[in-house]
Amino acid sequence: MNKFSIYQYLLILAILVIGSIYALPNLYPTQPSIQVAYTDSGRSADQSLLNDLEDILENSNTEYEDIFLRENKIVIKFKDVDTQLTSKTILQNTLLDKVIIALFLEPATPQWLKDLGANPIKLGLDLSGGVHFLLEVDIETAQQGRLELLLDTYRKSFKEEKIKFDKSSIKDLKLNFEFSDNQSYNRALKRFRDDSPVINGVQYIITERPSTNILMLEYSDIALREIRDYAVGQNLTTLRNRVNELGVSEPIVQRQGSNRIVVQLPGVQDPTAAKKIIGKTANLEFRLEANTRTSPLRKEEFSFKENEFQTAFLEKAVVVSGDRVTNASTGFDESGFSQVNITLDMEGGRAIQKATSGNIGRRLGVLFVEQKTKSELVTNEQGQKVIEQTSYIEKKIISLATVQAVLGTSFRITGVGSPAEASELALLLRAGALAAPMKFVEERTVGPSLGKENIELGMKSIMIGFSLVVLFMIFYYRVFGLAANISLIINLVLITGIMSLLGASLTLPGMAGIVLTVGMAVDANVLIFSRIREELKEKDPQTAIRDGFSRAFVTIFDANVTTLITALILYVIGTGPVKGFAITLSIGIITSMFTAIMCTRAMVNLVYGNKNIQELKI
Amino acid sequence: MDIRFKFMKFRKIASLISISLFLISVLSLGLRGLSLGLDFSGGTLIEVSYESPVSLESIRDSLEDNGYPDSQVVNFGTNLDVLIKVADQSGNSTVGEQIFNILSNQETDIELKRVEFVGPQVGDELRDQGGLGMVVALFMILMYVAFRFQYKFALGAVTALAHDVVIILGLFSIFAWDFDLTVLAALLAVIGYSLNDTIVVSDRIRENFRTERVLEPVDMIDLSLNQTLGRTLVTSFTTLLVLFALFIFGGELIRGFSLALIIGVLIGTYSSIYVVANMLMSMTLTQEDLAVPEPEGADFDGMP
Repeated sequence: MNKFSIYQYLLILAILVIGSIYALPNLYPTQPSIQVAYTDSGRSADQSLLNDLEDILENSNTEYEDIFLRENKIVIKFKDVDTQLTSKTILQNTLLDKVIIALFLEPATPQWLKDLGANPIKLGLDLSGGVHFLLEVDIETAQQGRLELLLDTYRKSFKEEKIKFDKSSIKDLKLNFEFSDNQSYNRALKRFRDDSPVINGVQYIITERPSTNILMLEYSDIALREIRDYAVGQNLTTLRNRVNELGVSEPIVQRQGSNRIVVQLPGVQDPTAAKKIIGKTANLEFRLEANTRTSPLRKEEFSFKENEFQTAFLEKAVVVSGDRVTNASTGFDESGFSQVNITLDMEGGRAIQKATSGNIGRRLGVLFVEQKTKSELVTNEQGQKVIEQTSYIEKKIISLATVQAVLGTSFRITGVGSPAEASELALLLRAGALAAPMKFVEERTVGPSLGKENIELGMKSIMIGFSLVVLFMIFYYRVFGLAANISLIINLVLITGIMSLLGASLTLPGMAGIVLTVGMAVDANVLIFSRIREELKEKDPQTAIRDGFSRAFVTIFDANVTTLITALILYVIGTGPVKGFAITLSIGIITSMFTAIMCTRAMVNLVYGNKNIQELKI
Repeated sequence: MDIRFKFMKFRKIASLISISLFLISVLSLGLRGLSLGLDFSGGTLIEVSYESPVSLESIRDSLEDNGYPDSQVVNFGTNLDVLIKVADQSGNSTVGEQIFNILSNQETDIELKRVEFVGPQVGDELRDQGGLGMVVALFMILMYVAFRFQYKFALGAVTALAHDVVIILGLFSIFAWDFDLTVLAALLAVIGYSLNDTIVVSDRIRENFRTERVLEPVDMIDLSLNQTLGRTLVTSFTTLLVLFALFIFGGELIRGFSLALIIGVLIGTYSSIYVVANMLMSMTLTQEDLAVPEPEGADFDGMP
C-alpha cells in the first residue's frame, strides 16, 4: 500500500534530471564579449579575418581570453567590460566600416551542456535593456505608386495602339480613363480584360461606363494582397539589412499581422541612433535626364545630394524605383575607377531595358527619396506654445551617369567618385530601398540600467516570497510541509529548465508569474494535506493518505485546467512582457501539478509507504 | 455533522454587500471610467533618472516653454526618478526624444531609463483585444465548468468571476489607479485564481450532495464550506504572502499588477464562499441536478 513501482520512481527521477540539466546553464556567469562580422552581409567571416583581429589585439597589447569562429561571425571573449569596450574602439578604428562589431554577453556555458542544447534563459527586453519597435507599412502609398506606374504604361501603349483618350487620372486609388469614342473605349476594355487574369483570379476590377466612354480600374483583393505582401516582404528585407548594419547580436525582425513589422534589438545602448537608422524611410528612383525635346510639363528640377547648388532636370516618369533593386555592390572598372554593380528583379530589368533602348548616350539619374519631418514651435489658439510636425518628401540626385548600352537586370554605374562614395551608394541602393513608407506605431525602450534593476527586483521578490512560503509550510504542516517545500524547490528548477529548453523570454511580469506560482503551487499540496487530515478521522493512516491524494486529484485537476485556460488567453492577447507572464504562469501550473501530485506523493510514499503507522501527524 | 460556522446565516448580508459593491463599481466605471495607462490610451511616456533630487515644477516649466503644456510630471519610486507622460493623440513617435533633449539641455547629468510610445490605433487595438480576451475567458470557463459540473455551478462560477472582475475594475476606477496591460494580466490571473477557489468549493458541494443525502441544502453547503475553509485560508494566505513580497520589493513597474492581484485574492476568496454558494442556494440545487453519472470516473487508484 502507498508504494510506487520502480518505474514510477525512475520516471520522476528522469524528469528531475532532465529539468536540472536544462536549468543548469543559468548558474554560470556571463562573459563580456564582442562579435565581429563583415559589413557586406554576403561575406562570411573567415580565418583571415580572425588572424587580422588577433594581430590588431596583440599589437595593441589587449588581453583577450578566447577568439573563435562561430557561424559567420568571430567571437572574442574578454575578462572584463573595460577591455571589451576598449577593444571594440581599437578594432573599429583599425578596420573602419569593413566590419560590424557588436557588444554582447557570452554565457560561460560548458561545452557538454551546449552539446545537449542547454542554454541559459533568454531575457526579455525589459530585463536585458534594448528597444522594441512596431512599424506599420503604408500600403496605400505602395498602391498609389503602383497605380502611377500602371497609368504611365497604359498611356504609352494606348498612344502606340492609337486608342484615343481625352483624360486620364488617378482618383481615390482608381485609374480613370475617358475615351474619345466608343471604338477606343471597346478596344481599351478588351485590353484591360486581357491584362486582368492572373493565376489565382483577376488583377483588376473594371468599372464600365459605356454611355460616357469612361473606364475605371482598381486593384482586386487578390492584387492588393499581393502588393501588400510584396511591400511588407521587401521592407522586411530592407530592415534586416539596416539592423545588420547596427551590429546587434540577436536582433528580431518579424512580420506581425498583415502590415506590421516588429523590430527588437536587445542590448542596444543608443536607442535614438537605432531609431534613426531603422526609421530612415528612403527610396530610390531611376529617371532619365530631360533633354531638349522633353516638354516642360514632363520634367522636374532636382538638386544634388552632395552639392545643394548644383541641379539637373529629370523626366517626371519613373523608370524603375528602388524596391526593384535586388542587390548592389562595389567594384572597379577597366581603368581602375570605382563602380557600383546593380542587379534588378525581372520586372525592373524589363522596364529599364525598354527605357534605355532608344536612349543610349542620354544620362540616367538616381534619385534618393527621403521622408523627413520638420518640427516647428508654433502658438496655438489657447496661446500655448506647441510643437507642430509636418512631414515632407525630399528628393535629391545621388548619381547621374551616361547610358552606354541597353540595360538589363544587371548593369553598372561608373564615375561614382571615390571607393568610399561608391560603397555608400551601394549601401543606399541595397538598404535604402523601401517598397512603401513605414511609420512607428509603438516603441518601447528600456535603458540598460533599468534592465539590471528589474532583474534585481524580480529576483528579490522571488527569494523573499519563496522563503516566506517555505517557512509557513514547515510551521503549519511539519513533515508533510517539508515534502511540499522540496516539491516547491523542484518546481522552481523545472520552471527554469523548461523556460531554457523552450527558449522563452523571461520578463519582469514573467518573474511576477513565478512568484505567483510559488504562492499558488502549495495549493495543490494544501488540498491534499487537508484532505488527508479529514480522512484520518475515519480511516487508518495508510488509507487516509491514499484516499487523500486520489480525492484531491480531481479538484486539483479541474482548478488548474481553468487557470491554464486564462493563461492561454493571456498569451494570445498579451504583448511582450505580458506574454512572458502568461508563459511562466502556464509552465508553473503544469510543473506545480506534477510536483505536488507526483513528487510529494513519492516522498510521502518513501517515508510512510512500507511502515505500519499508528498515528500520522499532519 | 461538524458544521462549526454557519456561513449561510449571513448570506442575506453578504448578498447586500456584494450587490452594493457591484453597483458602486458599475456606477463609477460608468461615470468616471478607468484611468487608462499608456498601453490603452496611447501617447508617450519617458522615465529619466537624475543624479540629485530635482524640482518637478522646473521640469514642468521647461516642458511648457518648449511646447508640451499638457505633460504629466511625477516622481517614480524615488525622488531621483521622474516619469513624464504626454497624451499625444497624433501618433507622433519622436516626442520621447524631444522631451529627453529638452531635459538634457536643462540638466546634463540625466540618464534615460525608458521610453514608451504607443500609437493611437495600437492603443485602441490593445484595448479591444483586452476586452475581448476577458469575455472569451469568462465564456470558456463557463463552458468548462458546465461540462465538468453542471450549468448551475457554471452560472455560479461565472457570476462570482464577474463579481470579482467588476469590483476590482471599480476600485481602479474609484481610486484612479493606472489601468495598463499588466493590470489586465493581473485581472486574468485573478479570474484563474478565484476560479480555483470556486472549483474547490463546488467540488466539495457536489461530493456532499452525493454522499450526505440526509442533509438540507443549506446545511450541505455550510458543511462543504467548513470542510474547505482550512484549505481556502491557507492558500489565500500563502498567495498573499508572495503577493505582498512582490508589492513591496517588486518595484514600481509591477506595483499596479500586484495591487490588482492582492485585491483579487481577497475578493476571490470571499466570492468563492458567498457568491457561488448564494447563487446555488437561490437556484435551489437539488439531488437530481447531480444525479448524472460522474464524468470523472471512479478509477482513482490508477492515478498517483
